[in-house]
Amino acid sequence: MKVITATNFSKTFKRGTEAIHAVDKVNVEITSGEFVSFVGPSGSGKTTLLHLLGCLDTPSEGHLSIDGQIVFGNSKSLSEKEMTHIRRKAFGYIFQKFYLIPTLTVQENILLPFAFNKGSSQPYDIKKIASDLGLEHRLRHLPKEISGGEMQRVAIARALVNNPRIILADEPTGNLDSKRSDEIADILTNLNQHEGKTIILVTHNPVLAARASRVIELVDGRIS
Amino acid sequence: MPGITSIAYKNLRRKRTRTALTILGIALSTWVLISLLGFNQGYERSLNSDIDNLGFQVLLTAKGCPYEAATLMMQGGSGLRYMPESVLDSLRAYPEVQSLTPMLMQAVFDPSVGETGAIAAYNGVDPATFPAMRSYLEFAQGEWFNEDGAMEAVIGFEAAELEQREVGDVILIPDKEVELVVVGILKRSGTQDDGTIFVPYKALQKIFGVEDQLTSVGIKVSKETDVNAFEEKLYSLPDVQVVSMAQVKSTISNLVSTARVMVMSIAIIAILIAMVGVMNTILMSVLERFQEIGIMKSMGASQAHIFRLIWSETAILCLLGGIIGALAALGLSAFTEALIRNVLPFSPKGSLILIDLSLVLRSIAIIVGIGFLSGIYPAWKAARIRPIEAIRNSEGDL
Repeated sequence: MKVITATNFSKTFKRGTEAIHAVDKVNVEITSGEFVSFVGPSGSGKTTLLHLLGCLDTPSEGHLSIDGQIVFGNSKSLSEKEMTHIRRKAFGYIFQKFYLIPTLTVQENILLPFAFNKGSSQPYDIKKIASDLGLEHRLRHLPKEISGGEMQRVAIARALVNNPRIILADEPTGNLDSKRSDEIADILTNLNQHEGKTIILVTHNPVLAARASRVIELVDGRIS
Repeated sequence: MPGITSIAYKNLRRKRTRTALTILGIALSTWVLISLLGFNQGYERSLNSDIDNLGFQVLLTAKGCPYEAATLMMQGGSGLRYMPESVLDSLRAYPEVQSLTPMLMQAVFDPSVGETGAIAAYNGVDPATFPAMRSYLEFAQGEWFNEDGAMEAVIGFEAAELEQREVGDVILIPDKEVELVVVGILKRSGTQDDGTIFVPYKALQKIFGVEDQLTSVGIKVSKETDVNAFEEKLYSLPDVQVVSMAQVKSTISNLVSTARVMVMSIAIIAILIAMVGVMNTILMSVLERFQEIGIMKSMGASQAHIFRLIWSETAILCLLGGIIGALAALGLSAFTEALIRNVLPFSPKGSLILIDLSLVLRSIAIIVGIGFLSGIYPAWKAARIRPIEAIRNSEGDL
């Protein structure tokens, strides 16, 4: 079953009079339960493509469907409110910089999506998530009191707590040493293989990229 | 699970000094606002009660300036113009007059009072009619004099305390070589009577050589009387000035209106400054958290969620500032009252500042309401942050 279908997908930025095609007429389909890595040199457009697929940004042209629902198209695009709803229900995001809220404890950071989604029907069990990710003793700590690897695990827990079908991870090991990177890679692999999550990953790390079932290389905004 | 209010509260604790200073600004403006509104209602009430305590609705004086007449009525000062005692007979002819009380005011500098001397105010009153009009006056010792021309005195609470007099003592009127026997000392009444020495008016006429002369006549009118029409009628008497309660109130209100406008302007400016402070604090906090807000939106926070989050921060600041300001206004009302008395041309005797629960709640509601208004722009800015911009840029701009 196709969860994401992007057709003729483009994103153009303007820098002065120059137009930069960050993503240039890309066609990509991702099926449920897939683990896909986008790789490529810096500036190849892989992060921009991830943001577009995750409804964090709007394309300059092209079509995008999530679960068969048209998000962007020639005739119709979803409103900001509908996009918010899709972001809330379908996606869990993991970023290189973690983006934890410094004033909230680990537990509060993990549960943060619920502050904006009170009616969620199938929330994950916080204790299970914390123990799966080795955070059970850190729940009352503030982000400044835990290590970088733990911070990224908190960010992963936060991405999972709403029980999304698709996990989008942008350089999740970019700020971590190789040991912590392996831990994160194991967690993502486990989520894909044992929990059936669709994982879309952007990385420079060839070891991490190799964990994916499909590796897509981008060069100058195009799939090579 | 963190609620939006709890996230807002925790964020305010992030920059404690900035939050504390903003709350201080709001507290100060709340203090000024509550004190000012409290002053408005307290002053009105004290003025009314001062005038009601006069016991008569109309005061007839010899012709002169109305401000002088008003001062005479309120302070017992020396607007010393006289009218003949025969005016009493003319007044009794009016059917509207229920009762009359003649008065003769005199003031003398008494060098023996206190360390530097003081003005002693004598009020010559009629033992037959005056006590009935001032029925609220109570005695600490003794009682009213009985005879018209008796060389006796009843002393107000403060005057007695200042001169340390008791019933049976003898007081000397400076320069007049006349001794008065103290027959009564009044309890504190909270009115100008506390500083007055009452003497039978006939005796006072004799002592000061103004036989058959009066400075004023207090007139109590019957209930159904139209006071304005009655005043007009009184002007048919020669060389008189008629002062009614309504006139006194409006004259005094005019005198203090400048002070009121000034204080009100200060309050409005204080509130505006505090609100600009709130807007600045919240806006700074939004810009500093540009990325955090964007990430919250990527987690499914809607524009309404972010608007509520930022508005909650404004509400918490204003509520805390409002409560602290209200407590300060209540706790420091004596200090504020002393400050206001210092700048006013005339202050009634009673409490000038009247702060009740409804006033406190209304003022806090005003502060929170204005706070909400100043929170609209930062909240709107925050609500419009797009997740992608927040992820690309670490800081927002205006």
